[in-house]
Amino acid sequence: MMARGLARFLVSLLLVAICNAASVSQPISDSHRSAALDVFVPLDGSYKSLEEAYEALRSLEILGIDKKSDLSSGTCENVVKVLGSPSSALKDVFYALSVNGILKCKSGDDVPKDVVSKLQAGAKDAKLLLDFYYSIRGLVLVKEQFSGTDLTLGDAEAIFRSVKALSQSDGRWRYSSNNAESSTFAAGLAFETLAGVISLAPSEIDQSLIQTVKTGILKLFDSLRKYDDGTFYFDGSEGPISTTASVIRGLTSFAASESTGLNLPGDKIVGLAKFFLGVGIPGDAKDFFNQIDALASLEDNRFSVPLILSLPSTVISLTKKEPLKVKVSTVLGSKAPALGVKLAQALNSKGSSVINNQELKFDADSATYFLDSFPKNFDVGKYTFVFEILLDESANEKAYITEAQTKVPIAATGAISIENAEIAVLDSDVGSVESQKKLDLTKDGGVSLSANHLQKLRLSFQLTTPLGLVFKPHQAFLKLKHESQVEHIFLVKTSGKKAELVLDFLGLVEKLYYLSGKYEIQLTIGDASMENSLLSNIGHIELDLPERPEKAPLPPLQPTDPYSRYGPKAEISHIFRIPEKLPAKQLSLIFLGLIVLPFIAFLIGLTRLGVNIKSFPSSVGAATSALLFHGGIGAVLLLYVLFWLKLDLFTTLKALSLLGVFLLFVGHRTLSNLAAASNKLKSA
Amino acid sequence: MVKSTSKDAQDLFRSLHSAYSATPTNLKIIDLYVVFAVFTALIQVAYMALVGSFPFNSFLSGVLSCVGTAVLAVCLRIQVNKENKEFKHKTVVTNLRGIVAMFVIAV
Repeated sequence: MMARGLARFLVSLLLVAICNAASVSQPISDSHRSAALDVFVPLDGSYKSLEEAYEALRSLEILGIDKKSDLSSGTCENVVKVLGSPSSALKDVFYALSVNGILKCKSGDDVPKDVVSKLQAGAKDAKLLLDFYYSIRGLVLVKEQFSGTDLTLGDAEAIFRSVKALSQSDGRWRYSSNNAESSTFAAGLAFETLAGVISLAPSEIDQSLIQTVKTGILKLFDSLRKYDDGTFYFDGSEGPISTTASVIRGLTSFAASESTGLNLPGDKIVGLAKFFLGVGIPGDAKDFFNQIDALASLEDNRFSVPLILSLPSTVISLTKKEPLKVKVSTVLGSKAPALGVKLAQALNSKGSSVINNQELKFDADSATYFLDSFPKNFDVGKYTFVFEILLDESANEKAYITEAQTKVPIAATGAISIENAEIAVLDSDVGSVESQKKLDLTKDGGVSLSANHLQKLRLSFQLTTPLGLVFKPHQAFLKLKHESQVEHIFLVKTSGKKAELVLDFLGLVEKLYYLSGKYEIQLTIGDASMENSLLSNIGHIELDLPERPEKAPLPPLQPTDPYSRYGPKAEISHIFRIPEKLPAKQLSLIFLGLIVLPFIAFLIGLTRLGVNIKSFPSSVGAATSALLFHGGIGAVLLLYVLFWLKLDLFTTLKALSLLGVFLLFVGHRTLSNLAAASNKLKSA
Repeated sequence: MVKSTSKDAQDLFRSLHSAYSATPTNLKIIDLYVVFAVFTALIQVAYMALVGSFPFNSFLSGVLSCVGTAVLAVCLRIQVNKENKEFKHKTVVTNLRGIVAMFVIAV
């Protein structure tokens, strides 16, 4: 709901934007067709509902895009299921039949009899407008699609009257007799229903009834709304596009069903056509369908077929001398009948007409009308061309209708000549020229001037149109750019015959931020009608300005070059801790040897002193424990050596604790043996 | 006078040597151990003087362990010496085994 509301808002915004311009409508083109592929062809090949499927397939059919082979399988399954099941709602049956009409899933003699009886019962028992609509239109579709059925409505006139009873005096219709709410959308549905009743009726329906409907239609046209650019539409709670489309559908089917003809005001029909063409390319599937369906109804109807005048290009180039082309076609882009196009007036921006009543020539190959000769006084600028279409009324079968006058904004462009361009430095009060240079603005000149703050700079040139009139451009700027990238822009004003700019440096000193130095001079002249707009670097001027006082504002910081900010930075060289100077390896090894020497001397001294191990116990038990004890001590010393060489503290401590416990036991045994031995000696 | 001083030195040295030989073997072993430890410490100090004190930790641990064990051995010698009468009442344990056990634990 949110999306639809948003889409409606956007559409109305678009329409408001259009209504202020004298815009040209374009008929449906290939851009519509490619957009339709995006909007209507689902990604997975299946549609969410039969209503959506019908809208998509009908739009693709009108636009001439053949996608039936891709889409038919899944949708046809759905259609067959709905038509086969006895419990389907009237709405589903209606849409299933509509889709079937396009895809032709079931056709020929295979008449779904229960569907027919359901629709007939629905028509008889209906009380609501929608029920009437679905059942009657469903029966019409069955009659079209399946041959060999003899469908007639039992009591056509009674049904006609009961539908008619829902109408209101202002032309709108109610959805049901209980609910007082009425809408124009419902009017469209009612017209379609009544058309169906008329076509299915076994005998003629009373003409007076039909006449009342026709008066009702004309009453409905009183509620037609209008935009400033000449488009008409019907508004309602469903939105302008849906409501207007519904009314147009109803009117075309009503006009087609009955024989006496329907007279509708032609300009309003053209206005309705322009409304739909002015929508552009809708993004919403429902709006797209309504637009295309309404235009298809307008293309081929019994009252009047609108013709649209469009221009592929609204710019006339006086230098290229190409003709102005005009196309006339129906709303869907099909060929128009033989007619003549006349340029009634070409109004320039002052309001006077420079071309009057010029017939356009017709080129049969491209089916366009063109104007190739322009009068001598056709100058550059903006014009409004007023076209009229002359129809040959008698030769046509259908009644065609066009706008009385189509107003088109046209821009004429040409080459503007630049003359007497010169730049000068003037002395201030006296006004005498110190240095003056002629400029050739087509080349980048190497003009080099110098000035101080007491002087003035004067730039002047003349612009003339191809016809020799004075031309005032939209844009004429002079830019002074300092070496430090600070820029200043000044406007060159046109007065009288020439464009002139005088820069008084005395007054501009503060604006220039007191920056002395070399300034680049750049001149820009541009306009929509000017084909040779230019940007030229005239040259340089050396400005000598006084020193900046303290209070004066600083020039603004210029943005740094992004590449320097985000470019690679200087390489970082890391400084590591210089490793300590170690002594030479040989020296360390010599001292290792020297350390060992005292140990050897100690051992030699011990043997010299007569150290012995005589009191080593001899008995087996004591000997083993003593051996183990000494062995354990030796193991601990070995562990220390290993710790020094490669083990870490934790493994060492673990091993040490184990060895320690072992040594405790063994040592205790050895000592107790020794104590026992010495006690024995003492006692002995 | 030089001759007499050198003769005095020789006499002094000879008397010391003879007195020293009278000490019991135990004490001589302990003395030898002390000399060995001190020499090891001196060699380490000489190495440090040569190559600088990096790494200082190693130098300290080496020297101080040697000096420490020398000091403990000297304490043992004092306590074990039978002729050292004034020390008798100062020991925690009076018998030889206890003294040796204390030494071992200290080391």
